[in-house]
Amino acid sequence: MYDTSNAKKLKAQRTLLYVFFGLLTLLSILPFWIVIVNATRTAPQIQQGLSLIPRGNAWNNWTFLRGRGFNILQGYGNSFFIAASATTLSLYFSSLTAYALIVYEFKGKKIMWGLILMLIMIPSQVSIIGFYRFIANIGLLNNYIPLILPAVASAPTVFFMKQYLETIYHPALVDSARIDGASELKIFHTIILPLMRPALATMAIFGFIGSWNNFLLPLILINERSMYTLPMLVQLLTTDGYRTEFGAMYMGIALSIIPLILLYTFLSRYIIGGVTAGGVKQ
Amino acid sequence: MATTTTTTTATGKQKRLAKRKNHDKWGYVFMAPFFLFFLAFNFYPMFYTIYLSFTDLAGWATEANIVGFRNFQNIYNNMLFRRAVSNTFILWVVNFIPQIVLAFLLAYWFTSRRLNLKGIGFFKSLFYLPNIITAASVAVIFSSLFSYPRGPINQFLLSGGLVDSPVDFFRSVVMTRLIVSFIQFWMWYGQTTIVLQAGILGIDENLFDAARVDGATDWQSFTKITMPLMKPITLYVLITSLIGGLQMFDIPYLLTGGGPQQSVETMITFIYKQAFQGGRNLNVAATASVVLLLMTTAFSLLVFNSFRTRSSKQIKKGVK
Repeated sequence: MYDTSNAKKLKAQRTLLYVFFGLLTLLSILPFWIVIVNATRTAPQIQQGLSLIPRGNAWNNWTFLRGRGFNILQGYGNSFFIAASATTLSLYFSSLTAYALIVYEFKGKKIMWGLILMLIMIPSQVSIIGFYRFIANIGLLNNYIPLILPAVASAPTVFFMKQYLETIYHPALVDSARIDGASELKIFHTIILPLMRPALATMAIFGFIGSWNNFLLPLILINERSMYTLPMLVQLLTTDGYRTEFGAMYMGIALSIIPLILLYTFLSRYIIGGVTAGGVKQ
Repeated sequence: MATTTTTTTATGKQKRLAKRKNHDKWGYVFMAPFFLFFLAFNFYPMFYTIYLSFTDLAGWATEANIVGFRNFQNIYNNMLFRRAVSNTFILWVVNFIPQIVLAFLLAYWFTSRRLNLKGIGFFKSLFYLPNIITAASVAVIFSSLFSYPRGPINQFLLSGGLVDSPVDFFRSVVMTRLIVSFIQFWMWYGQTTIVLQAGILGIDENLFDAARVDGATDWQSFTKITMPLMKPITLYVLITSLIGGLQMFDIPYLLTGGGPQQSVETMITFIYKQAFQGGRNLNVAATASVVLLLMTTAFSLLVFNSFRTRSSKQIKKGVK
């Protein structure tokens, strides 16, 4: 189909593109790699020049961080607890809401669906002032409850779950269970939830990462140092205490990103799949 | 005879309907948790914010008095807020234009049958990687990479002989803005590429085949078929990116705290600082939030309309 000059041109084009993609790949990795390498170097080594080869000072940097009260393990624990609880709540109640929207006919259903669509577009940041006052009034500052409970009403998750359920749901699925006298809630637990496993897995990843990375809300609600989440700990690295201790500072940043990078190496296929599905359906 | 049959079927139907209605009440039960938590944690805070924007609540006062539209007049004349609004848009535009151009090119290359590139999944996952990393960490990474005088970027520029003396990036308005926009670009172009690629793959193959038979080149089919059909998705990407951009906080706040000369002060950094630092002007912060809410709602309505035109156009033009 192509003559030789065309074939040559095509080959050159392909090579150029691969080189370009390679450069973009470097752009994605290099910032993180520099941080990880610098976390293993001493402050003078870092001052001397750029390097891409790890050295042996990681342990010293780690001890310095610990000495400064930078308790990353506690940060992991706090962030994990919040993210895991919020994700569990959001998965369960979003599936339940999606199920209600698909299976039952009731008054106000259309309005609820419109409301969910609106909620997706209006981010919670616009009402942080009211949220903060409300939480302060009911005495829940310095408490994880306001970081976890709002996940029960998570509109984007309901949207995703409804889209998924629509493709797999058929009344025959539940009819026989109903004839056997199973309760509606039992049907949801034993028949519907297991069927939704792929969608639950996708939303679990996105919900968890979203909550783990949340910075603004914990920043305004939490003062207690021992309750700091990971992004709040990272914020401490910008303070004066680390102005000269570069190695320790890089160690702090590296520790904050390594769990996510590890998670991503295992789950990137599902994450990319989720973004693709979301993009087409939304 | 005829009447009796209709009545019997009607009662049968009614019975079935009654039975279904019996189930249908579970719809309310299953929606209830979502609805109650929405009322408590979304609806109430939003209206509380709107209420506070009409009061004088500030400092350590506990009583809020209604002051009418005074806060809105004040915020209109607040130079810092105006700056925050224009900064937010500048930072967004400078990140979005290169982002959508690159994402379109990548999506085109990834889907081109003539090029038939390998390893696309691998590249996509790497381009998307920065998006999942904690924005707070990303901000601190870039603030150390660009730090003065001996940050990695300065070391690279000096050793390559590109500059004679180190550059103090975060003293320069232009540089700081470019860095913030670059970070946004870097974190989001992978996501946009994936969405656009999915959109292109959703276009009916027959359209491209027909164009090929008519002798169209790859680039011609891209500009004449793909681009017009992708208009609604592009609009969707644009507006969701804009709404996300209006909420920009972590990156500018942790990179420079809004400086130099308030050059990367955004609407949310303004709201945060007003409410939680210095004078604790909750009323000012609430008023700024309402302005932000109005802008966000206006842009969201555009998305709704684009949904509508998109679905009707898709049917007409044969998009799967």
